[in-house]
Amino acid sequence: MALARAAPTVSSGVLRAAFGEALVAAGIAFMLALPLAGLRLPINPMDSVIFRPWWVVVAVATVFLGRLGLALWRARVAPSRRNGVPLLDRALAYILPWRRGIFVAFVLLVAILPLMPFADRRVIDLGAVVLIYVMLGWGLNIVVGLAGLLDLGYVAFYAVGAYSYTLLIIHLDLNFWAALPLAGAFAALFGVLLGFPVLRLRGDYLAIVTLGFGEMIRIILINWSSLTGGSEGITSIPTPTLFGLTFTAVPAPGETAFHQFFGIPFAGVHRIIFLYYLILALALLTHVFSMRIRRLPVGRAWEALREDEIAARALGLNPVMVKLSAFGLGAMFAGFAGAFFATRQGFINPSSFTFIESAIILAIVVLGGMGSQMGVILAALLLVLLPEVARDFAEFRMLLFGGAMVAVMVWRPRGLLAHREPTATLGDLSRGREPAP
Amino acid sequence: MSAAPLLLSVRAVEAFYGPVRALGGVSLDVFEGEIVTLIGANGAGKSTLLMTICGNPAAAAGTILFDGADITAEATHRIVRRGIAQSPEGRRIFPHMTVIENLLIGTTAAATDGVEDDLARVFDLFPVLKERTHQRGGTLSGGEQQMLAIARALMGRPRLLLLDEPSLGLAPIVVRRIFGVIGELNRAQGMTIFLVEQNAYHALALAHRGYVLANGEIVMQGTGAGLLADERIRAAYLEGGIA
Repeated sequence: MALARAAPTVSSGVLRAAFGEALVAAGIAFMLALPLAGLRLPINPMDSVIFRPWWVVVAVATVFLGRLGLALWRARVAPSRRNGVPLLDRALAYILPWRRGIFVAFVLLVAILPLMPFADRRVIDLGAVVLIYVMLGWGLNIVVGLAGLLDLGYVAFYAVGAYSYTLLIIHLDLNFWAALPLAGAFAALFGVLLGFPVLRLRGDYLAIVTLGFGEMIRIILINWSSLTGGSEGITSIPTPTLFGLTFTAVPAPGETAFHQFFGIPFAGVHRIIFLYYLILALALLTHVFSMRIRRLPVGRAWEALREDEIAARALGLNPVMVKLSAFGLGAMFAGFAGAFFATRQGFINPSSFTFIESAIILAIVVLGGMGSQMGVILAALLLVLLPEVARDFAEFRMLLFGGAMVAVMVWRPRGLLAHREPTATLGDLSRGREPAP
Repeated sequence: MSAAPLLLSVRAVEAFYGPVRALGGVSLDVFEGEIVTLIGANGAGKSTLLMTICGNPAAAAGTILFDGADITAEATHRIVRRGIAQSPEGRRIFPHMTVIENLLIGTTAAATDGVEDDLARVFDLFPVLKERTHQRGGTLSGGEQQMLAIARALMGRPRLLLLDEPSLGLAPIVVRRIFGVIGELNRAQGMTIFLVEQNAYHALALAHRGYVLANGEIVMQGTGAGLLADERIRAAYLEGGIA
């Protein structure tokens, strides 16, 4: 009687369906858990594989009970909610009017992060890595999110930026501030070069060619060893200076170090903090540029081309210029990020520019919501911090990572933040803010 | 009508989709200030002709003159910038962009000053678009999308407006309203219009002159009223089709 009152809506049919569902899930869990959790390779290769049956039992039981509970909970609670607006969307509707303020607050928070008491070397370094991916995500957002050109080889431009920066520094003895724009220009040039042969391709076919391009660049870097150092790469890339102030403990004769100039004791973390602010500035530059260009005719042309290429051409847009500008500008920001990467690491080699990097950057754009600037931040935080946080879970780290990505795709199939900001209003026009071409 | 200057002249134009000949030597003229309609059954090549005028696919043979200049082999965006705007078949508005963004993309072909005046003019023609200014294109009704497609084409300040089946999939009352606006556009602003339609009755009633296309060839031509009265036209295109 008590049971009947507690679960009035759970009929025997629902119960049976839930059991069936849970059994199927448990079966799949068994197949996965048997090799993943049940078998352990011995430390000594001579020993035989260790079998851990209890691990499998726990995993299968957890999945079975979890799935059963989920199915029953859904049968009772979900029907009333299923037709409603999802929770996150409702929350977003409240947040949306204040998005400017939230963004500014977030940037301030990011800006004061290195000054926080908990901010040690590792935290600041991790922050810089997140910012690199945010910047790469924003750059790729121009190509994929705005222009709708699926690029699987974006890491190639990152590599071109890193290598051209390094070679300019080493062979032409340029400093960071002179080499940075040139690295961006080189990457943009490669973007345009890639753009030409793929002008007629879209979707899957474009993805295949860009994928190949990414691999080509990496293989060239490995094999052109007289220039690039082959798979060993190039080492001892100097750290940039802050208006001529270096970040070394003992500066070379004629140079002044940062700590000497300000009369503070030398600390290695100064260099880390400087690099953090450098990438923050570069990322913000990318953001401001993207937001501005979206409101210009060229930005609108990218979006029009993504929406309907035939209609866009019928309105007088030149698809060649529109696509090449998207490829070029997207690549330029990857070039800047690559230059920063090179200077931060101090050494580069081709193994930093493998396909998985392209995949992660693309995942950041797609998970965040194509074309959404804020979504890129969220997704970059998720994709970079999650493996870092999950480091304690050691061998299950990538499993957790994959699970989180599946969860996002199930509940937010259009990305975390799929909201698209309009680029023009009637008010703007009457105030004469319609930009010149 | 022939006293007006010749704006568009299509001469023996052929077009192919791969090995399939879609147009077999089509010739027609559009004079300034006219509404000319092209009617024909499904698959006659009507849309192909409009696309070929815009250079996509380019004509395989024959010549196309616009305002005396040969545009046969020109790129689509150059042709459009000469003053030919198209409201394509199936409307093809940009669904995720707002009404005003759709209209601003339409200004690509025009000079950049006076955008506000252009907007005021199209909002005057289609007041409903003003109410929908900040709505996404994909959320508009079919009729509103058609109005947006025409308005977007007008934002480029064309000298010749190509309309591809503006009545497609719309309720009769909406069709009447859209044809009303097309007529007004011609009378009040002197816009030259080349209209491709399956809805032969409305199109011929509105047009000064008409052509009939069948199997990629022009089989008849005459004044709108004349074609409307023709027995063969009535039998082939208007049987039971008078709305």
